[in-house]
Amino acid sequence: MYITIKHLNKMLDNRPLSPHLSIHKPVLTALFSISHRITGIGLSIGSVLISIWFLFINLGPNYFSYFEIFSKSIFFKIILIFWTVGIFYHLFNGCRKLYWSFGIGMELSTVYRSGYAVLFLTLISTVIVWLVL
Amino acid sequence: MAQFRLPSNSKITKGRHYSSKNIPESPKKLVIYRWDPEDNKNPRLDSYEIDQSKCGPMVLDALMKIKNEIDSTLTFRRSCREGVCGSCAMNIDGVNTLACLKSMSDVKKDIKIYPLPHMRVVKDLVPDLSKAYEQLASIKPWLERSKSNGNNSDNSKKETKQSPKDREKLDGKWECVLCFCCTTSCPSYWWNGDEYLGPAVLLQAARWVNDSRDTERKKRLSEINDSLKLYRCHSIMNCTRSCPKGLNPAKEIASLKKAIVTEL
Repeated sequence: MYITIKHLNKMLDNRPLSPHLSIHKPVLTALFSISHRITGIGLSIGSVLISIWFLFINLGPNYFSYFEIFSKSIFFKIILIFWTVGIFYHLFNGCRKLYWSFGIGMELSTVYRSGYAVLFLTLISTVIVWLVL
Repeated sequence: MAQFRLPSNSKITKGRHYSSKNIPESPKKLVIYRWDPEDNKNPRLDSYEIDQSKCGPMVLDALMKIKNEIDSTLTFRRSCREGVCGSCAMNIDGVNTLACLKSMSDVKKDIKIYPLPHMRVVKDLVPDLSKAYEQLASIKPWLERSKSNGNNSDNSKKETKQSPKDREKLDGKWECVLCFCCTTSCPSYWWNGDEYLGPAVLLQAARWVNDSRDTERKKRLSEINDSLKLYRCHSIMNCTRSCPKGLNPAKEIASLKKAIVTEL
């Protein structure tokens, strides 16, 4: 059997894509990076919710009382806790990204250490906000 | 938009199991991605049982043993067997590396071997690297000397010397063997590989940008100053994690970005 150009082209078109996300081991640094994005998206949705809250205040006590009822629910508290975690994570990880732009602290061991520091600071700050303040 | 799932012709199916003929002294199972362009079927995972006591220590040794003794149709690239040529790059146990530098004893369970991630497969463990090579050519990986910079035809015959200090600036860059382990581990390259150059090519860009004998530093920097070619790097650091030569492409990319801001 000999291979014609047509046969060859069909073979090239049929080439499968090798597996990626499903087979690559999760890398901690990559998880830090994607969490930065996820918290960023979460925070921008959160800022819309805050402006709705301000809108309620502006519309007067009748409307604001609806918000009062909602804000007493546990569901609201949970969202707010996630939001504080998001703020602090995004803030501290953002600092990390800032000094990376100067080419500082980009050795792999330093990257891991600063990553753990971000997690630690996020945890501490969230606890302070919810227990102390 | 990024395609997170594999296309239907790339879904992996179950394959054959080749068990060892004799009872092995220290058995090891290798699960290997197989795809044959000629039989019009989806890729499959074949598993092979080998005796580690009758085999060299590296994953590449096992692959050669399988090809020689069990299944001669198994296809993979290899040449130097000592981490210098960069041919045997593949995904072993979830991490891209060179099969010749990966010890089998590092993997406790079955050794799973796939081709480099998110690439078109030519056959079995051989990925199509032509796009990556094209991108490498686009950054002009050779020395450039402009004639206008005081190099008229007379002194172009003169030797261009480099001080040891200037030579040191290339350390951590020239050692790259272009195996593309880093590029194919980068999620940004998976989703934007058509435009984003990827860590391996950007590391080469840094190698030529920082060469004291090259006169086109500014031109090189402005050529890669592009939201897709360069700035798809978000410091995910998968590249640095997977480099079998222990280099740090992410750091070099950061230094390129810094040079663009401060010098252009």
